[in-house]
Amino acid sequence: MALDKWIAVFFLVICVIYGYSAYTYPLLPFERNMVFLPNTMPMVLSVLGVSLALLILLAPGPKADTEGNALGNINLNKWREYKVGQALGLIVLMTLYAFALRPVGFITATTLFLVGAGWTLGERKWLTMISVALIGALCIWYLVQEALGIFLRPLPWFLS
Amino acid sequence: MLDGILLGLETAFTFKNLLLVVAGCLVGTLIGMLPGLGPMSIIAIMIPVAITLGDPSAALILLAGVYYGAIFGGSTSSILINAPGVAGTVATSFDGYPMARKGQAGKALTIAAISSFTGGTVGVILLMGFAPLLSSVALLFHSAEYFAMMVVGLSAIAAFAGTGKVIKALMMTVIGLILATVGESALFNAPRFTMGIIDLQSGFSFITLAMALFALPEALYLVLDPKRVDADGSSEAIKDLRITRAEARAIAPVIARQSIQGFLIGVMPGAGATLASFLGYAVERNIAKGEEQEEFGKGSIKGLAAPETANNAACTGSFVPLLTLGIPGSGTTAILLGALIALNVNPGPRLMIDNPSVFWSVIISMYIGNIVLLILNLPLIPYIARLLTVPRNYLIPFILFFTMVGAYIGQNNATELLLLVGLGIGATILRFADYPLPPLLIGFILGGMMENNFARAVNLTDGVGFMYQRPMTLCLLIIGLLLIFVPAYRRRRARALQQGVALGD
Repeated sequence: MALDKWIAVFFLVICVIYGYSAYTYPLLPFERNMVFLPNTMPMVLSVLGVSLALLILLAPGPKADTEGNALGNINLNKWREYKVGQALGLIVLMTLYAFALRPVGFITATTLFLVGAGWTLGERKWLTMISVALIGALCIWYLVQEALGIFLRPLPWFLS
Repeated sequence: MLDGILLGLETAFTFKNLLLVVAGCLVGTLIGMLPGLGPMSIIAIMIPVAITLGDPSAALILLAGVYYGAIFGGSTSSILINAPGVAGTVATSFDGYPMARKGQAGKALTIAAISSFTGGTVGVILLMGFAPLLSSVALLFHSAEYFAMMVVGLSAIAAFAGTGKVIKALMMTVIGLILATVGESALFNAPRFTMGIIDLQSGFSFITLAMALFALPEALYLVLDPKRVDADGSSEAIKDLRITRAEARAIAPVIARQSIQGFLIGVMPGAGATLASFLGYAVERNIAKGEEQEEFGKGSIKGLAAPETANNAACTGSFVPLLTLGIPGSGTTAILLGALIALNVNPGPRLMIDNPSVFWSVIISMYIGNIVLLILNLPLIPYIARLLTVPRNYLIPFILFFTMVGAYIGQNNATELLLLVGLGIGATILRFADYPLPPLLIGFILGGMMENNFARAVNLTDGVGFMYQRPMTLCLLIIGLLLIFVPAYRRRRARALQQGVALGD
């Protein structure tokens, strides 16, 4: 089964769960007499979603676009040629960044992220990479903190 | 209208706003030139900055500047390295890149700049005529018509999604509408569908969603397939930006035709700059005579001028439904709509009455933006083009970092980052499977408004009677249905006919 059909199955499941939770939505006593309920639209949407997902599942798939369009869209059949490892590495780094941002502080976390991402992509000029990352992190921190007035803790919790 | 123009001039010509137009155009051009980053990603990245400005006119002026800049930057990278950052400038590379290969990069950039300028300017003039006209009609709209209008908008976007993608686009719209129901809403007393997660109480953040849908997948694509950027980045010296009088005479009629055609296509929701540029290219190739037609695809100046004019005119055209009906016609205008709502401005027919300064200053700033692009960017292009040589190992980490900072500072909440990563992975997989993403964002942004209007109409008529009692609503809903079913029916018939012929053989 093609990827788009699997995604349709996923949407089907999501819409069924969504529809069920809309159907069993706990209405407040006074809401029960209203014409338009908080779950009216969600129920309509879940019905629409389920029918569309079924349509995608049952419709004959279009011929695979072997060349990809002019923007150079990725062709799933050639996935072995793609740098999947690098992409996964970056995703892991982004997740780590999300967890580290608060405790480690913005400047530290950002510098580490930028250096780590550069390393994942194959950069080995450490000095250039660290200085670019540090300057970038400092500039953005200054802009966000001073120009936009949004507080970002710059350094780890034990230093600030 | 004259009062409005004067008010717009007054607002747009303040020092701060002029600075914002210039800054927006420059930032847009700089980032738009980077392969893989289209206007949608750039505007999404710039939204936190725009919202912090606090003043809706200033924010919209900045974002509109970024939008134009991004389109212009996209054309530049299409011409110089054959790497269109935006679908709307793909047609530009058909003839722009061959011209650059022939050593006429400077000339190609000048033609692109002049065409964009004219397309944009004519577009703004038409917008000034169209918008008030459409606004006065839209003032007759009640909530029932608004609801129906949104149905039309959403179905048009799905209908124009491309062959074989209509159902997928509709699916994405419904998913967007479903995402919009998460969290608290103005109508009801308790948050819905938060699954007990407190961070979801205020719903999904639109900035996070926009970044996750557009900027992140683009960056991940660049990682997955490095060849997307490696189209020899050696920027040869760009010299000789001049064009001859004969060339100017040749492209003048093309530009005139495409300004109007592009604008009209841009006004239709869902069609947008991409369709306008391809159609513009196709029409001009068909009109061209013998020898000139042969030139198309090999570096024809007409083939370059047509899509460039059309896509800029269409960009301006796409502001018509946004400013007059409050319904975005494209992913980019959907993001702009989200930014406006965040700034407490409700685009729609009342915009011209309630916030005339916003409406007119945006229009005036479009003129200024066009002029800035022409006189500021053109001489700077040889220098800006050096940006194309930034190594990928530095570029990609920074793109990822900017998307994360944008999502984080919008809410000041690290959960947003996890949502961003999760949704970003989802969006990348959806793009792999050829599901169009803009309908999802448009559905998400229109979801809340659609439910409010639907609820109001249902409450007023004590049921769904409004759908057939009000002629205007009925008409709009029928148009919405036709938009979806007619193309599907025609395709099915064509397929049946084809099979019939095959069997008859």
